[in-house]
Amino acid sequence: GSFSSPGSNLPSPVKQEQAKAETLPDLNEEILYEDWDDIPPSSALEEISDEEAVQIIAEPLLPLQSSTLRDYVDHSETLAKLVHLGVDLFQVEKRQKAGQLLLTLDFEKDIRKILLFLKDVGVEDNQLGPFLTKNPYILAEDLEALETRVAYLKSKKFSEAEIAQMVSRAPYLLLFSVERLDNRLGFFKNELSLSVKKTKDLVIRLPRLLTGKLGPVKENLQVCQIELGFQRNEIQQIAFKTPKILTASKKRLRQTFDYLHNIMGIPHHMLARFPQVFNSKLLRIKERHMFLTFLGRAQYDPAQPSYISLDQLVSLPDEVFCTEIAKASMQDFEKFLKTI
Amino acid sequence: LNAVPRRAPQQHVRFLPSRGDGEAMGLVAVRVPVLADHPLVRGPQFRRLKIGAGHRLDVKASGVLVLGIGHGNKLLTDLYNCHLTKVYTVGGLFGKATNDFSDTGKLLEKTTFDHITREKLERILAVIQGTNHKALLTYSNIDMKTQEAYELAVKGLICPMGKSPPIITAIRCLQLGLPEFQLEIHCLHETQQYLRKIVHEIGLELKSSATCTQVRRIRDGVFTLDDALLRAQWNLQSIQNAISDCQLKVKMELEKTL
Repeated sequence: GSFSSPGSNLPSPVKQEQAKAETLPDLNEEILYEDWDDIPPSSALEEISDEEAVQIIAEPLLPLQSSTLRDYVDHSETLAKLVHLGVDLFQVEKRQKAGQLLLTLDFEKDIRKILLFLKDVGVEDNQLGPFLTKNPYILAEDLEALETRVAYLKSKKFSEAEIAQMVSRAPYLLLFSVERLDNRLGFFKNELSLSVKKTKDLVIRLPRLLTGKLGPVKENLQVCQIELGFQRNEIQQIAFKTPKILTASKKRLRQTFDYLHNIMGIPHHMLARFPQVFNSKLLRIKERHMFLTFLGRAQYDPAQPSYISLDQLVSLPDEVFCTEIAKASMQDFEKFLKTI
Repeated sequence: LNAVPRRAPQQHVRFLPSRGDGEAMGLVAVRVPVLADHPLVRGPQFRRLKIGAGHRLDVKASGVLVLGIGHGNKLLTDLYNCHLTKVYTVGGLFGKATNDFSDTGKLLEKTTFDHITREKLERILAVIQGTNHKALLTYSNIDMKTQEAYELAVKGLICPMGKSPPIITAIRCLQLGLPEFQLEIHCLHETQQYLRKIVHEIGLELKSSATCTQVRRIRDGVFTLDDALLRAQWNLQSIQNAISDCQLKVKMELEKTL
């Protein structure tokens, strides 16, 4: 059926015009039907069979531009599978071009083989999500290039477990070309004058060193040597024990050192023996030192009785520090802190 | 805050074509969670908190600092309008004068201080308290000759309800061990630098010089050191407890004054 005729609803004066109008359409219809196909276009109110109804898919259109992946996640299998894998799309879409990249990839064709490669290298299943959250760009890498880089690391005698650990902790590692990795390993070996074995050990413990910028590391080494006044072999010792110093902020290093050396009176060789103090918060060192001074127990010279070692000063949790080292109660410590 | 369980992802109905054995093609209505609502896609629920600060505390001073979160910021303005006194412990050192009145400034002169005794210090403090009390009466805009004024004065409720320069309502010496000394100061509308200047002036009055070594706020209106949270206690549970503990005190104070 077609449009329901409106004639029955109109009032009588219009009927005359209706009669005239009916003659014209006949001629027009014939001309129309010659230009177009023979079948008249179907109207929306036509009834259709049930099979045809099933085949119609009518969904609202996807937005062509959006600043978030939320609009696309329900309609894209790739994105849905990534969410089920544990990738945090909220974090990823904040990165430059990462969201766009994920939308253009196809799970079966591109992503699957890289995931299998990562599993081969040794990344755990439940780590794949967080890994991709930090480094989504690896999905755009060429598989052969990735395999070459892993082969290079194996040729440098890193074991499989060590490589797995390094890759998990520094997700950007495999984005670096072989020459760059080689350069960086050489840099650390020369700057710190370490043996090959020790350099490898350093890099395994803090793989971030290989992926971070080298400029700040050089500056930190200069600061240690010139401003803080450590000898070359002391710097070597410190960097090997706590590699985090190489990436720490210079302002924090200076402030911590100033307090430790000038106010607490700790000499360089003691600091070289316990470099963990540089990693802890300055406020913690200050509060604990002031408390010990107040109690008369601030003794950091190993030759004297009731000596307190620096690593005990910073690494023990508050309750243990109070009972073992300061020999006071937590309430006393808190009351003291409120008087500073 | 983001660890609190949030509403489950919304479900929506999707029509998925079912793979029937025969030719009959049907649609199966399946309730599927909307992936756009998945926590990994939507992100954390709380991203920002509105935090406002009460009376200022400068970098070199320490002590009680009142913060308001979210709707509490409105209470902060109300508390400001109550004009409650703040109490400070001020530590000083006789014998030195610096350009910014504190011990980290540039040294300007050194003087002797052996002639200073506790009585002399307390005499100076009494003078300071007297002048400040006069200023208090002037700025509180109350006619001194009325009975109402007398009653307020007896209760100790006279205070300037508008803007006024810093006024010290009470000052006393806690300890004196030459060259160091410690004062307790109750004041209104002050800045910490003003307190340091007072220390400097006390030194001048005593025919010596003094610098300020410590400024510590021990009370801000109804909030005391006991309510304060230390750096190690800055976590959600302690903050929630502190807010609920102080709620009653704040409400009572606001009702009393406004």
